[in-house]
Amino acid sequence: MNLYDIIFYIFAAITVVSGVITVTSKNIIYAAFSLLFTFFGVAGMYVLLGADFISIVQIIVYVGGILILLLFGVMLTNKVTSTDIKSGSVNVLPAVIGVALFAGALISIIIRTKWTETPGEIPLSTAGTLGSVLLNEYVIIFELLAVLLLIALIGAASIARRTKEETN
Amino acid sequence: MLHVGLHHFLVVSSILFSLGLYAIVTRKNAILVLMGVELVLNAANINFVAFARYGDFGASGQLNALFVIVLAAAEAAIALAIVINLYKHFSHVNIDEADNLKE
Amino acid sequence: MLTEFGKIFVFILLAVFFVLIAFFLAKLIRPSRPTREKLETYECGENPEGSPWVRFNLRFYVVALIFIIFDVEVVLLFPWALSYQDYGIYGFLVGIIFLLVLGLGMAYEWRKGDLEWARPKQIPPKLKKIKEELTEAVME
Repeated sequence: MNLYDIIFYIFAAITVVSGVITVTSKNIIYAAFSLLFTFFGVAGMYVLLGADFISIVQIIVYVGGILILLLFGVMLTNKVTSTDIKSGSVNVLPAVIGVALFAGALISIIIRTKWTETPGEIPLSTAGTLGSVLLNEYVIIFELLAVLLLIALIGAASIARRTKEETN
Repeated sequence: MLHVGLHHFLVVSSILFSLGLYAIVTRKNAILVLMGVELVLNAANINFVAFARYGDFGASGQLNALFVIVLAAAEAAIALAIVINLYKHFSHVNIDEADNLKE
Repeated sequence: MLTEFGKIFVFILLAVFFVLIAFFLAKLIRPSRPTREKLETYECGENPEGSPWVRFNLRFYVVALIFIIFDVEVVLLFPWALSYQDYGIYGFLVGIIFLLVLGLGMAYEWRKGDLEWARPKQIPPKLKKIKEELTEAVME
């Protein structure tokens, strides 16, 4: 057990525990805030795996963007009169059994497999390497991502605007 | 077994994936279902980065994780716009009750 | 085993734990005598009225949407900006096309008026009339 292992176990615990709270909490706001800790835990995993850029992107985009958007969604879809924002669950028992079986199978397969590990040297900074690979092999995907973001922007704005025109 | 290797990360990611799956199956509120989808995407991302670290694939794995994050952002934006329209039509966002395709 | 970034990360973790432990110790030591007034939400000295869980205006969502799309765009531009110089004009053009495509989205939002925050119409005070009244008052 060196420092690396201890940090890994701390982050694994944060990720899994807050993930459990996210999927079981009745209060949507509590679920959203424990999702925040899940995202932070995953960002810690990326740091441990030597992916510093991905980890920062995780915090910028997930915590600073997607989670805020989800909280906006909560605020936009609740009645003015309801003081507590609660949500129930359906099919709990079959879902627990099915998901537990699935997770057990998956984990036992992962543990039994002899993975061939060839860990290379971790570069000091990954952002530049990512950029050169992006411009070498993934240029088409880079441009297609721009088109995807354009479609997402126009599509989501026009869907949301349709609602606005009806209410006004 | 205590020394952290590839399979530790894979186990964490599969637990996260199962939790996301559970949220997608059981939750009523559409936004909580979306949170489940985000958990699943995060699990996939951990797998990408872990294999990039312990395998010999260069930076492609990390770049794919970046693409997944971008896709997740676009998906959350579109899905929340749809959820807001759902709220407009039904005055709630419980997807088990929203079973009309057309009035 | 830890990377250079990982060492900084350990420092961040230590900072977080320092604050958490300080909070926990303070909670153990300090006296706790809550009253109804103390537990009320602080609203700049005013008495809070109504629930804070009101429904937001939909315009906030459109602003958040535009923010997240361009947030992701900036994230993708970072690796490009660090390495486009190695590829000459080709690398530069790739980024410019990327920016142009997203600029198209920006132009669309601008044209559709999503960037504008519709305000109530302001009625400018009629200076001329006031001036006339003042001059009349002075003459009298």
